[in-house]
Amino acid sequence: MKLTRSTGWAIPALLATGNVMATEMPLNMTQGVTDISQRTYDLHMTIFYICCVIAVVVFGMMFISILLHRKSRGVTPATFHESTTIEVIWTAIPFLILIGMAIPATAVLTEVEDNSNADVTVLVTGSQWKWHYKYHDYDLEYYSVLATPRAQYENYNGMFNGNSEIPQEKGENYLLEVDRPLVIPAGKKVKFLMTSDDVIHSWWVPEFAIKQDANPGFINEAWTKVDKPGIYRGKCTELCGKDHGFMPVVVIVKEQAEFDAWMNEQVAIAAKAKAEEQKLLSMQMDMSELMALGEKTYLASCAACHQPNGEGLQGVFPGLKGSPVALGDMRKHIDTVVNGVSGTAMQAYGKQLGLKELAAVITYERNAWGNNTGDAVQAKDVNAVMKGQ
Amino acid sequence: MNSDITQQNIKLVKKLVVIVIGMFGFGFALVPLYDVFCDITGLNGKTSDVAASAENVQIDKSRQINIQFIAINNQGMPWAFKPVEKQVTVYPGEVKMVNFYAKSLSSKDTVGQAVPSVSPGKGAAYFNKIECFCFNRQPLAAGEETLMPLTFYIDQDLPLDVGTLTLSYTMYDITDAVNAESASTTQTGE
Amino acid sequence: MSTMTDTHAHDHDHHDHKPAGITRWLYTTNHKDIGSMYLWFSFIMFLVGGAMAMVIRAELYQPGLQIVDPNFFNQMTTVHGLVMVFGAVMPAFVGLANWMVPMMIGAPDMALPRMNNWSFWILPFAFAILISSLFMEGGGPNFGWTFYAPLSTTYSNDTTALFVFSVHIMGISSIMGAINVIVTIFNLRAPGMTFMKMPLFVWTWLITAFLLIAVMPVLAGTVTMVLTDKYFGTSFFDAAGGGDPVMFQHIFWFFGHPEVYIMILPAFGIVSAIIPTFARKPLFGYSSMVYATASIALLSFIVWAHHMFTTGMPLASELFFMYATMLISVPTGVKVFNWVATMWKGAMTFETPMLFAIAFVVLFTIGGLSGLMLAITPVDFQYHDTYFVVAHFHYVLVSGAIFSIMAGCYYWLPKWTGHMYDEKLGKTHFWCSLISVNVLFFPMHFVGLAGMPRRIPDYSLQFADFNQIISIGGFAFGLSQLIFLAVVIKCVKGGEKAPAKPWEGAEGLEWEVPSPAPYHTFSTPPEVK
Repeated sequence: MKLTRSTGWAIPALLATGNVMATEMPLNMTQGVTDISQRTYDLHMTIFYICCVIAVVVFGMMFISILLHRKSRGVTPATFHESTTIEVIWTAIPFLILIGMAIPATAVLTEVEDNSNADVTVLVTGSQWKWHYKYHDYDLEYYSVLATPRAQYENYNGMFNGNSEIPQEKGENYLLEVDRPLVIPAGKKVKFLMTSDDVIHSWWVPEFAIKQDANPGFINEAWTKVDKPGIYRGKCTELCGKDHGFMPVVVIVKEQAEFDAWMNEQVAIAAKAKAEEQKLLSMQMDMSELMALGEKTYLASCAACHQPNGEGLQGVFPGLKGSPVALGDMRKHIDTVVNGVSGTAMQAYGKQLGLKELAAVITYERNAWGNNTGDAVQAKDVNAVMKGQ
Repeated sequence: MNSDITQQNIKLVKKLVVIVIGMFGFGFALVPLYDVFCDITGLNGKTSDVAASAENVQIDKSRQINIQFIAINNQGMPWAFKPVEKQVTVYPGEVKMVNFYAKSLSSKDTVGQAVPSVSPGKGAAYFNKIECFCFNRQPLAAGEETLMPLTFYIDQDLPLDVGTLTLSYTMYDITDAVNAESASTTQTGE
Repeated sequence: MSTMTDTHAHDHDHHDHKPAGITRWLYTTNHKDIGSMYLWFSFIMFLVGGAMAMVIRAELYQPGLQIVDPNFFNQMTTVHGLVMVFGAVMPAFVGLANWMVPMMIGAPDMALPRMNNWSFWILPFAFAILISSLFMEGGGPNFGWTFYAPLSTTYSNDTTALFVFSVHIMGISSIMGAINVIVTIFNLRAPGMTFMKMPLFVWTWLITAFLLIAVMPVLAGTVTMVLTDKYFGTSFFDAAGGGDPVMFQHIFWFFGHPEVYIMILPAFGIVSAIIPTFARKPLFGYSSMVYATASIALLSFIVWAHHMFTTGMPLASELFFMYATMLISVPTGVKVFNWVATMWKGAMTFETPMLFAIAFVVLFTIGGLSGLMLAITPVDFQYHDTYFVVAHFHYVLVSGAIFSIMAGCYYWLPKWTGHMYDEKLGKTHFWCSLISVNVLFFPMHFVGLAGMPRRIPDYSLQFADFNQIISIGGFAFGLSQLIFLAVVIKCVKGGEKAPAKPWEGAEGLEWEVPSPAPYHTFSTPPEVK
């Protein structure tokens, strides 16, 4: 990020302490890439300057009297202690200043809330701790999950120390990268409908000046129109449980033509994947293959709660190591993973993972950490439970 | 301390305790008050949960409203749930029926409850449901599928700047709650 | 101290000696004993909550999860907030009220001394329950001190009942304390002490006490609803059963916003006592101060939803809450202007209480101005739930409320202990605190504007340098408070003997009794002219 012209008031010297990897932090609110974000920024600066003037006047008076009206200079204290005129004046002036602030604020707010006539509608659903995007006008939906490998941030338990296979050096977009970003077309009014599967989340992209809560059971709206193609990053900003800090938002803005091409490609890929799933049903995967894929899937999707060692967090998230679900009836285990457990933090992974991944991860859970059931779960077993057979 | 003051103290304490109890009650009174507040302002896009009647409703052909339908499964809801039509266009006052499709993917019998929400919230008060599956619980046997109807019209007084209304239904699994209600056997989640 | 001159020798019912040993503290109904216990308790809680802040800052010292897991981190932020709000700031003010209100209005004690004993002694149990839940299976509350549903209901851990229980006890304690203050001020004022002659500390506490009895029951209602939603199948906040999670926030902030004024109004009172003393000039605009305090209290009931601009409110409500919130800056501004006018053309000296009071005015104003920025709805969409908010409320609560408590302690320590505190050590404490508190909280403004959300255990790399600075400031501020402990202990143990009125410009009844204040004061009401 470049320092913007108006950040001169801040203290760049503070940045002096060295962290070589760190990208420079802007010292002010982003001006963003939309009309609204620019107007928000301008409003922010206006209010900020007014506050600065007030502060200079008030603190100025105070410091003058601290300098001049001190006993050590031998002054005799005055005795005045009341003046209705002055009280009225310094009630009225702030009031007028406030009116001056309220007028532009109202104008910007009215525009922010004008959700009418969108070209594209995207349903954004938060869940612990990932985002799900569904295009209302296209046949495409997918989950968007943090892409930063666990080994890069989970440094406290020594679990990943010395594991040279995973890069531990934190990358440029550490905690701001996802596996599948949201893609929207440039120059179009895009409406976001926010909701949640579990607790309250909040979808924030600073560059669009959109921050809107995703409330379970209710929908909220926000909109943007971005003219400049690019990659924009944001975060969840409402405390939503353990991994609240690990559910970033990434939005890619593409030109309309590129967007259309991308959309066609994605829809085709999704259709093809569906067809391939049918093939999987007749396929037998061997144990080592299942375990390898299972471990990968487990670390990506399950380890946040059940922990990489399968022991869970006592009293919060149940462990899988030696658990009755992982050691008991296979169908029940598949049902738990596929449909989740309502009223708890256990999500339904049937819609998040493919048949192959589901089969692999359940196999992994039934055989890792000494859960040696020897069961190799196949795609068709998972499919049977999913279809209610 | 003389008894005069003690008397005064007791009197004042009594008054203050009444305030405290009153405010505790007020906390709970905020629950129905909030609903009233929502009705008036359209906060949160809550729609009325009683059936409206379409008698004497004039159709306003001067403009059209887009209605987007969204179906969401809450976490752990083992159903396939989607609108049959994702979007319809209606005149204000026009009575329209649409269907939502649901199929239970569970191996057990389940009961669902759909919770409606309209966006933008200020449009919620103008969305009149004559018949809606959300008024009732939806029981589905294992593997059963169904079409659930919604009949509605948009009030003509819908503010002019609202061109598109979004109606979302979030489907909740209330099987456990229903079972707990009807029988003494309580199922608990894992 | 039993040899102290009893100014009311004819009152034979009272003996100016205290029972000895632990039972003195357990059974005491003396407002001074109870005040001291409140103050010590709040200081201990300040250190406990501070230790949790140190865990938070240590984890945030560099990117990556280094020390604690995210679940424990969330417990730390939650319990830090609860302990500081309900355990440190509020009891400290109640302690000051216990000590000073009767002495300021010429009353022999609080009006309801036995209830006073109770309202203190249930407090340690509340916090023992809360803190012990951290060590239980599943850990303590991890849903933020604002405990938004459904994170605190359906998705919370099993110790939530303990959290609810402890909040109930804290609430009962506060309500009893507030009732006591109101009854004392209404019924026990010395003859001639009319309402408009009361010191501002008494006034602000009276208004605070009314806020407390108005909103603490609402908090009790809120936690009760959380309890029944979680354990007894109600659905106040569960959409599946016809409830609404956003309603939780409305009810919570209906309590929560007056609560933040509960934590700042007594601070206004303390500062309004200290500044005239050291400026040797009467407080400017006494009556406008009273009216301003009352209007802030009234306005606090109609601004709650400014905490919830991003929850999806209709435009009309957003505008209403924006305007109402902006309006609060008018009476708050009047107060600041009055303090400055009090200093103007005074003859100031800068002992430690005055230093803290001046720092309060400056830093609280900075917090107030960032509060005004936060009130502007469209910009708040960018500030909301970022470190900008964290910076804002720490400026008003730490360099505001806590600094005023420190100022008050230094100001009245001679009266409490009979000794002057060590001025050099006090000033050292002040300068260390002042510098470190700004190193700690000022950079948070930038971090927030740059886009770092609050309540996250780890952050992207661009925030690394600033967080390092903030953490260093945090550790320094934490250590500085140990100097305060040293000052207080030294002052209790001995030191230069304090006269009845140790401050040249001080006014008020509390300075008419000897130092240390005898165990019983004003058994015969003084005459106020």
